[in-house]
Amino acid sequence: MKKFVQLLCAALLGTGLIAAAQAAEPAPLPATSIYRIPPLTLVDQDGHSFSFASLVGTPRLLGMFYASCQMACPVEIETIKQIEHAVAKAGATPISVVLVSFDPTHDDVAVLRKAAVQHGVSAPEFLLTRAMTGDIGMLGGVLGISWRPLPGGGFQHNVVVALLDREGRIIATDPANGRIDPAFVAAIVREERATR
Amino acid sequence: MLRTLTGLLMLLAALVPWPARADAAAARFVTVPGGHFVSSLLDGTRTVTVRVAPFAMMEKPVTEAQFAAFLRAHPEWQRGRIAPLFAGPNYLAGWLTPTDPGDAQAARRPVTAVSWFTARAYCDSLHAELPSWYQWEYAAAASSSSRDARAGMIRRNAILAALMRATGQRPGLIGQRPANVYGLRDLNRLIWEWVSDYGAMFPDVNGDVGSAGSGSVLRLCGGAALAFRDPSDYALAERVAALSMLAPADSSPFVGFRCVRNLGDAP
Repeated sequence: MKKFVQLLCAALLGTGLIAAAQAAEPAPLPATSIYRIPPLTLVDQDGHSFSFASLVGTPRLLGMFYASCQMACPVEIETIKQIEHAVAKAGATPISVVLVSFDPTHDDVAVLRKAAVQHGVSAPEFLLTRAMTGDIGMLGGVLGISWRPLPGGGFQHNVVVALLDREGRIIATDPANGRIDPAFVAAIVREERATR
Repeated sequence: MLRTLTGLLMLLAALVPWPARADAAAARFVTVPGGHFVSSLLDGTRTVTVRVAPFAMMEKPVTEAQFAAFLRAHPEWQRGRIAPLFAGPNYLAGWLTPTDPGDAQAARRPVTAVSWFTARAYCDSLHAELPSWYQWEYAAAASSSSRDARAGMIRRNAILAALMRATGQRPGLIGQRPANVYGLRDLNRLIWEWVSDYGAMFPDVNGDVGSAGSGSVLRLCGGAALAFRDPSDYALAERVAALSMLAPADSSPFVGFRCVRNLGDAP
């Protein structure tokens, strides 16, 4: 009987712990990995949905934007394109870009697709996305991006584009304001070569 | 056999966390009717009239006891376990243990020294969120007799005096002053409170916002005083400045929070 109780206890407690540990696979992320934010599901301009954490495994440029933005976001996208051009000129392969909208109410897949066409960017190299579930505020917080809807429409916001290593650590950031920072380009080239 | 089973049941009962105490569980939300109001923050150089939709706001700031109950249910946000992205070394630094504030008045004292991320996660656990600045400002404009008491110089100076007295002290207890006309308590004098969009409140000269916590002091000392409709409302300016100087992973012993639920635009 005692043994039965022990087994029952083990069944109730021990296996529960083992199951929890297995569910937590694969290998733990570094403490400062951006992929540690609470779960976020994104959908891109082609309507493909994926979890934010699934972006782990390759270096990326990550930023935020909103499609109806007149000034800062077009500059952001064009700056990223020029940065990637500079990366290619330096002999490295341009790394993939993911921008997440902070205006999910308006930026549905059709709006994202239109913005992608207007800027001449396409998946999978350059994803314009919006969140379907999860808290984009957490993402903005770790990237240092803040936004506030203005009463007259649009947002007060800043621009940060982060270079993530393959595990999601922020290696470098850039304000993507039209100026190409050679140090940021060099960081991308270094990261891309290191992960080949 | 029966005794063994009873023993087993007692063992299991001990392992299952007790329901949080009544004081910790009850987060009461009160409805704040929508309306128009003129924000103290300028949009560039323009005064803005904001239409605030009705929302529900926690009657009181989140208490230490409520936050302790959250941490027991969500250990990933406990001091020592939390990813450094979400909270720095000051996070709940004064607590006795990761889940015990070590405060006999925990049910009446607002939790502070929590980061913006953890405040956000707490609200999310209640299917709520942090208020926007406009929601907070609109709610805090009310006194016990008026929906917009901001122009009153006596009240304004009393708020400033209370904040100055409280600086450097452990936050006082909740509920020592009358509720405002909406039934909300302790918005103005007890602590500063996180808001969801705090990082974007201080435009620089170009109308851009920098990253929260970086260079905000310069913005405060320079053009930022121009960001207020009424520069003589020091208590409000100080509040905005204090928040803007924090990065979202920072924790300040004077900054707590409360949550809101949006009710939609329906009247």
